[in-house]
Amino acid sequence: MKKQVVNFLLNSEPVKIDADPAESLLNVLRENFNLFGTKAGCGRGECGACTVLIDGMPVNSCLVPLGKVEGCSVETIENLSSGEQYHPIQEAFVEKGAIQCGFCTPGMVMSAYALLKNNPQPTSLEIKTAISGNLCRCSGYKQIEEAILLAVESLKD
Amino acid sequence: MAELKTVGTSVQRKDAIEKVTGSAQFIEDRYMGPMLHAKMKKSTVAHGKIKNINIEKAKAHPGVKAVLTGKDYPNKIGLYLIDRDFLAIEKVRFWGEPVAVVAAVTEKAAAEAVELIEVEYDELPGVFDPRESMKDDAPIIHEDLGSYEIVPIFYPKPGTNIANHFKLRKGDVEKGFAEADVVIEKEYYVPQMQHVPIETHKAAVQWGLDGKLTVWSTAQSPNVVRQLLAKSFDIPMHKIRVISSYIGGGFGCKAGASVEGLVIPLAKMFPGYIVRIVFNREEDMQGTFTRQALFSKLKTGVRKDGRITALEYEMIWDGGAYTEYGVNIVRAAGYSSTGAYDIPNVKTDSYCVYTNNSIGGPVRGFGMCEMQWGIERQIEEIAKQLDIDPLEVRMINGMKKGSTTAAGQVVQDVDYHKCLKTVADQIGWGKKEGKFRGKGIAGLVKCPAQPSNAASSAIIRINEDGTAHVMIGATEMGQGMLTVISQIASEALNIPIDKIDIKVPDTDFTPYEWQSVGSRITYTCGTSVKRAAEDALGQIYRIAADLLETPQADLTFDGKMVYSTKDPEIKATIREIADSCKKCTGEGIAGPIIGRGSFVPTNMTNLDPETGQGNPGLFYCFGATGAEVEVDPETGVVTVLQLAAAIDAGQAVNPQLCKSQLHGGTIMGLSTALYEEVKFDKGVMLNRNFTDYKISTIDNTPHIESFIIETPETNGPYGARGIGEQPMIAVAPAVANAVCDALDIEFNTFPLTPEKVWKAIQDKK
Repeated sequence: MKKQVVNFLLNSEPVKIDADPAESLLNVLRENFNLFGTKAGCGRGECGACTVLIDGMPVNSCLVPLGKVEGCSVETIENLSSGEQYHPIQEAFVEKGAIQCGFCTPGMVMSAYALLKNNPQPTSLEIKTAISGNLCRCSGYKQIEEAILLAVESLKD
Repeated sequence: MAELKTVGTSVQRKDAIEKVTGSAQFIEDRYMGPMLHAKMKKSTVAHGKIKNINIEKAKAHPGVKAVLTGKDYPNKIGLYLIDRDFLAIEKVRFWGEPVAVVAAVTEKAAAEAVELIEVEYDELPGVFDPRESMKDDAPIIHEDLGSYEIVPIFYPKPGTNIANHFKLRKGDVEKGFAEADVVIEKEYYVPQMQHVPIETHKAAVQWGLDGKLTVWSTAQSPNVVRQLLAKSFDIPMHKIRVISSYIGGGFGCKAGASVEGLVIPLAKMFPGYIVRIVFNREEDMQGTFTRQALFSKLKTGVRKDGRITALEYEMIWDGGAYTEYGVNIVRAAGYSSTGAYDIPNVKTDSYCVYTNNSIGGPVRGFGMCEMQWGIERQIEEIAKQLDIDPLEVRMINGMKKGSTTAAGQVVQDVDYHKCLKTVADQIGWGKKEGKFRGKGIAGLVKCPAQPSNAASSAIIRINEDGTAHVMIGATEMGQGMLTVISQIASEALNIPIDKIDIKVPDTDFTPYEWQSVGSRITYTCGTSVKRAAEDALGQIYRIAADLLETPQADLTFDGKMVYSTKDPEIKATIREIADSCKKCTGEGIAGPIIGRGSFVPTNMTNLDPETGQGNPGLFYCFGATGAEVEVDPETGVVTVLQLAAAIDAGQAVNPQLCKSQLHGGTIMGLSTALYEEVKFDKGVMLNRNFTDYKISTIDNTPHIESFIIETPETNGPYGARGIGEQPMIAVAPAVANAVCDALDIEFNTFPLTPEKVWKAIQDKK
């Protein structure tokens, strides 16, 4: 496999990697950068556990070849909190108990983060549409919706 | 009971911050070191003799370190009925059964090598319907059934495909039918479904140069993994260490030992290397367990006043190609076969039957969803024929304190009627909302399906500063075990929860827990932890009494200080007591405080082999679900307008976590009611990804209200009982009952897909 140097912004820091450009971004994040917060659930873009932001848009990183992120800004769950400073979405997930096994949670939070970045006052329907690509087998989704609605409120202040 | 401080409050999950920031470690995030990657070669026929396996090309493939076949594995593996080889030897019994495994330096090289393995089969006739498989002329799937090792509470029939026949005889069923005014007989069918936790099965194994085997696994029950691997590979238990981490959902599919053993012989060949196997989604769906399909026949006799006098229940379960858990699911469904109802005369025959479908196994509810589907549908039929409100039929026959189960066990601490009434009130029972709209209710009961001596244990170490470590063998798969167990420890020790540390298990360092299954952990592990805390607390008092030269009876502990209730000036801090306590003269009093507690049920018995009578239940948890639906007659689409769930938790240790279980279980149940069915074509699983196998998403989730009922469990810790599986059980029948109410059409199977509902509407016209 021919390697290629790919330059991109990873969690606001410039990075350069010499790797197979066809390798999935998910694998590169986990294996080359040890960013284990992004999870592999299906490898086919069906479950959303590997959701990251590329230039502010939520994508399934399992479907993105590394070569595609040349010059882009990639944001993972690790970028949302800083020490004990958590993003209001994360605080809302904790408060509303929107966490069970936690495997879908990083992807879920990233999809919510992308939504609120682009649409700070979403309707309930817009929330459901934005999260519809993130599967959760534990929660029944109710607490997740409540958490995102709470985050909308706390981001207003 | 003294007023509770921590138990009964919604303290924040212990693992919340880790999980919401992505820093929580799941098993794949933990092992590091020189690594080899394993991939399986899977059978392409559902039933066939293996004529030849050619691994030469695969072995020669660049990056490949080793290729193994079934003969490289010394023994079989199994939990109750030891019927399975790690890799098929001589014959394969289901499509996708592993026949060889490759270890390579990359996963890609391993996958490429798998394609180079050539397997020749002599295909045998397959059998894919357990009813056919029970017939005398059916092809035999396990010729050696009679020689398999088995726990002697199961009854296989060698020479047939019947892996277990559970018999139950209570009262006099003929007399019961003679007393009935109406006899109703119907057939029901529940198809296979899949657990689909978002995290698939994974394991990694390292054979240390010191001869120690370390296993990292997504397994729900590390102690069972250790026990099974010790037996299968003839390794003493102290030489096996099983490490658990956060588990990304279990629902039963990660019970038992399914993947770990596959890589152990590879690890043995390369000491020091970590050999890793990660199931992809397709492998996870096809190669682990499915919920067993159930074909059932149900006959009930009922008097005009609505009292059920007799029940005859025949259940034929699709055990699949191997049945290590299946035999016990069939038994559990058999001994619970009256559901939530007190029926005096019962005859049940429950059969676990081998077929050439994927392996059947436990899914949240352990047979109760499947078995109670028939009961809860037939109650509707009774109500219709007698022209009585179905809720009333449930109220008349529902179990109360002192009722007996099918097995003849007397139930205590029950308020099933309150569960029914709660959901009925919530959905506005009895009020018709319009054409094509309907309401339905269904009830449920479940006890943990576990051996009568399934044990648990806990250790609590009190640190020098009075903080505590709680060590247990239960796993955290989302249910909130770490939090609930910490709350119980905090309550019993009178130490604030933020001063209690708890971690997921590691068999080298944490004590025994049988399995994290069956909604049993709050009760079993909770009891062990409470006892360990009481043991530690006893030591604190004894040491304090010695130090303060005061009778123990006069002392009290407030979490920081022990002081005399007679003279508050006589006191000692927890630090003084816990930090290698000494007298003012310097003479030592006591070393570190280590509390220990263990639990084994004393209220369970074996069941009579002929009548199934005895005490199989550790505790019984009741509940009910209510549903309101609207059906589009043009398309057959069922829209669920609202769901109500009520579960009797005894005492909710953490109400927020309880409600999370209620919501999650209810939506998992709804997903099975409307969408989920694993489809097979002659054993080939057709829908093995999330595109073809749909589960509920946020945009099709209706409004749910959940209610925690609290009828304290006398012997549970602080009155608590487990509730993890229960919320799922009554959902499919509640939704179907509502659809029947809307359309006046009976559905005896689910999922209620638009196709199925539309066809039924057309047939009625």
